[in-house]
Amino acid sequence: MSATTSFRQAYLRARYRFSLAQVVAELLQKRWMDALVPFVVMVVVVTTFTQLISGYTDVDNLINTGREFGEFGFLVFALTLVVIGGGIDLSIGAIFALCDLVALVCFVHFKLPLVAVIPITLIAGGALAAVNGILIGFLRTRAFLTTLVTMIIFRAVFDILGQKYSQELMSGTPENSTWEWLGSGSLLGIPSNIIALVIVAIVGHIFLSRSRPGWHLTAIGAGRRAARHAGIGIEWTLFWTYVGSGVLCAIGGLFYAARLASAGSDTGLNSEIVAITAVVLGGVSLGGGKGSVGRALIGATTVLVLTNGVVRLGVVGGMSSVVLGATLLLAVAIDVHWAKHRHKAIAKLYVVPTYLALPPGQSTDEGPFKPNQRLAKSQAIGLDMVDGPEDCIIDRQGRLYAGVRQGWILRFSGPNFENREVFSKPGGRPLGMAFDKDDNLIVCLAGMGLYGIREDGSVFKLSDETNRSWNKINDDSRLRLADDLDIGPDGRVYFSEATIRYEIHSWATDALEGRGNGRIIEYDPRNGKTRTIIKNVLFPNGICMSHDGKSFLFAETWKHSISRHWVEGPKAGTTEVIIDNLPGFPDNINRSSDGKYWLALVGMRTPSLDLAMRFPDFRTRMVKEIAPDEWLFPNINNGCVCKFDDAGNVSESLWDSGGTSHPTITSMREDRGHLYIGGLYNNRIGRIPLEGSDPSWNGVESYWGKK
Amino acid sequence: MTQEVIVLGMTVVLFIVLSIALRGFASTGNLLSLVRSVSVLGVLAVGMAVVVIGRGLDLSQVAIVAVLPAWVLQRLGQGVPTSTAVLSAVGIALAVGLANGLLVAFVELPALFSTLASGMLVYGLGRSLLLERSFVYVNPGHEGFLAIGQANFLGVPIPVWIFIGVAVAAHLFLSRTQRGRFLYAMGDNYEAARLSGIAVRPLTVMTYVLSSLVAILAGLVLAAEVASVNAQIFTSTMIFDVILVVVLGGVSLLGGRGSITSVVVGTLLIGVLLNGMVIMNFDNNVQNIVKSIVLLGAIIVDNRLHPRDEETARQGDI
Repeated sequence: MSATTSFRQAYLRARYRFSLAQVVAELLQKRWMDALVPFVVMVVVVTTFTQLISGYTDVDNLINTGREFGEFGFLVFALTLVVIGGGIDLSIGAIFALCDLVALVCFVHFKLPLVAVIPITLIAGGALAAVNGILIGFLRTRAFLTTLVTMIIFRAVFDILGQKYSQELMSGTPENSTWEWLGSGSLLGIPSNIIALVIVAIVGHIFLSRSRPGWHLTAIGAGRRAARHAGIGIEWTLFWTYVGSGVLCAIGGLFYAARLASAGSDTGLNSEIVAITAVVLGGVSLGGGKGSVGRALIGATTVLVLTNGVVRLGVVGGMSSVVLGATLLLAVAIDVHWAKHRHKAIAKLYVVPTYLALPPGQSTDEGPFKPNQRLAKSQAIGLDMVDGPEDCIIDRQGRLYAGVRQGWILRFSGPNFENREVFSKPGGRPLGMAFDKDDNLIVCLAGMGLYGIREDGSVFKLSDETNRSWNKINDDSRLRLADDLDIGPDGRVYFSEATIRYEIHSWATDALEGRGNGRIIEYDPRNGKTRTIIKNVLFPNGICMSHDGKSFLFAETWKHSISRHWVEGPKAGTTEVIIDNLPGFPDNINRSSDGKYWLALVGMRTPSLDLAMRFPDFRTRMVKEIAPDEWLFPNINNGCVCKFDDAGNVSESLWDSGGTSHPTITSMREDRGHLYIGGLYNNRIGRIPLEGSDPSWNGVESYWGKK
Repeated sequence: MTQEVIVLGMTVVLFIVLSIALRGFASTGNLLSLVRSVSVLGVLAVGMAVVVIGRGLDLSQVAIVAVLPAWVLQRLGQGVPTSTAVLSAVGIALAVGLANGLLVAFVELPALFSTLASGMLVYGLGRSLLLERSFVYVNPGHEGFLAIGQANFLGVPIPVWIFIGVAVAAHLFLSRTQRGRFLYAMGDNYEAARLSGIAVRPLTVMTYVLSSLVAILAGLVLAAEVASVNAQIFTSTMIFDVILVVVLGGVSLLGGRGSITSVVVGTLLIGVLLNGMVIMNFDNNVQNIVKSIVLLGAIIVDNRLHPRDEETARQGDI
């Protein structure tokens, strides 16, 4: 290799190492990015009005605006709660008005003490909204129409009662310091109702994001059918949602009563429209399932500053409605298109190829990799009764286990493995397996993490998260794609996570990146700790403890390499490459009876992909411009099983070169003179006799000795 | 049994009960005034029904009813010829409908919000740019204009004729023309209609234009009836009454269901109800309560008859 080419390679590696597109795509995936547009709108509106109106930021004005904000905020909260559940409540303004009246009548007319007035008002709000709750939750009427009708009814009742008591209410309220504090008091300069709003906001946030009912509510809003299938009690949840929203309106009404002591016919009039505007401006999706207390506050602030600011600018009557209407229109338009195009943008930007130049692979025309038909005549176990046995393993009793696509572990027993039973149903996508010293089956479940299965089939969790890297935007603390594992003599479990950027269904897309997205993780059962020990690995796949137990071998699929990582001895903690020129994509590694290792090659390299890996821009264009089924992918249609020793020398290989019985070979396991072959997409487990191997050798005993 | 039949049954029963209980209820004069009192509402409801059947909603109708006729009256007062004043208002209504349609069909905004916002825009802009006062009277000398609200033809008031005309035209459009049938297809399953080659976007625009044109017609009739316009009607519950009438008869807000007959039946029920309550001297608020309870009953009955299938219900319908 000449100096210029190596310089060029170094330059290309550096040039494609980091990518702005990746940062943008991963940022866009964050849930809080939903609130970006609403937040920017709020900042623009607030800055504009503070610039336009002199004295807008004076303390007095802020307190006055704050008092209005407090009451309005409760209404927006009430609506947000209902909207997250996939509904809408047009009656909030009327409930607000009625609660205001109830509070005033109790306090002024019946002269009740405050300890009675407050609960009565809150109960009144809840009871009024319970009408909505019963109709919408239990009788399953449509929220829009139902609350429209209850709004008219409540409004009419309010008008009738308001006329009855208006004279009396105008005569003034009895002296009461607490009442006055509610209306005009403040603590440390913060108005009373703002304090209450902040408390409710914190409680509400915890409720929505950290509590079971809150999650149920979000689930119902996001997908009512799925929520029902998941066994969530839709009726009661919706009922309590409306009651809760009514209580929030009542709190607002109470503060309004204390502040203004009036129940004029315009109390809360049209506030539902303004609140809807606020909710939409805050980015709480009207389809349900999306929204937060924070976003409700953003929307409320924008709307209030807007309406309040327009009034203070002294613009003629109709203009405030113009401003509100125009903002609503603009906000909805931006929001709709932002939501629509965000996913497109992510899809276009998410795959970020990098430069990857690798040494050419060993020849398959001659030498140990010369294709043959040794796997073609395999005995098929569980033909058409297994769906994608990625890995298989044999226990001490000679029973065969395989993890399948349904998220089950199947067990085959009997002389010819004709008895099929479902051993356990851990879920996820079962991949690599190993037995620990207590004969528990430890499994990597893609999408879940590292789990164990006892002899009776019961499942227990070992680990589902590791330490988060500070420099990654994607949260990589959760295990996405745990792939294969092996267990050291001291019980420590070493397992690979193939990639932190893709799920199991799109694992092959990771190949197009050619980036070290995977990692090797260690789980220590002695203290229950999980930690990442090797980062930035190119799709780490199979893992196997060496025969002496002092190091483990791992395969990097897209790098066509096998590496050794020392866990004991003088070189502990270091990694060395032992093969870097495999002719295919290495998958699982397992011990063989003669002190060597079996390796599955899931597919063979192709010159076209090798070339493409050196042209990241080409792959970027490909991903952006053509459909996924036209992409240049690694060939995983045909592979082989090979055997190598501790020094990395390959001695033989076994093929089914037509791919009729064993395409996509992902694993193999030697046991008592036979070799068992699994495949990620295959419909069987293959079994062939191994001439000249130890007929009593068993994998479990090789690790843990005889029992 | 469809909702339409149930509502018709309720109307008949109520009609019989009121005829027996209230003296003078069944007289021809009262019946005419009954229909007349709801004809403006009925006209608006027919326009709304066309939009709703295509799975839309037009909340901006009342803004047009409130602002544009007031502007027409104001210009009549300034001496502008009737035809010019009316035609320019119709032009603006056309533009509003077009804007609504474009926003919903092409910008793909939810109808609920785009028409809510455009209503606020129309009202706000009209109030601050077009109108000098929110309450406008008809000056003497415009009997020709007032005739559309106050005159009779063959003993029947003109507003009733207009209601009948609009309803028949809309019925023929929906049931006899290709576009009308396409509208049902679109409301029933928007995506399927689009995929089968129906030009759904222009069709959507057309429904909003029709609704706006119907709204200006209803507004002018209303203005002529009472010889004045109060633009504050925008903040009343009128739009809710319109939706009430539409839904009462069985036009589903989901779209694709119901017909003009169901709108007429709904209008009649409200008419009988309102008229009975007026004769019994109920105050406005009590009327609202009774009206709402009737609607609530209709909604519940509809839900009992056509329970929502949780498996096929569309997500995000509120």
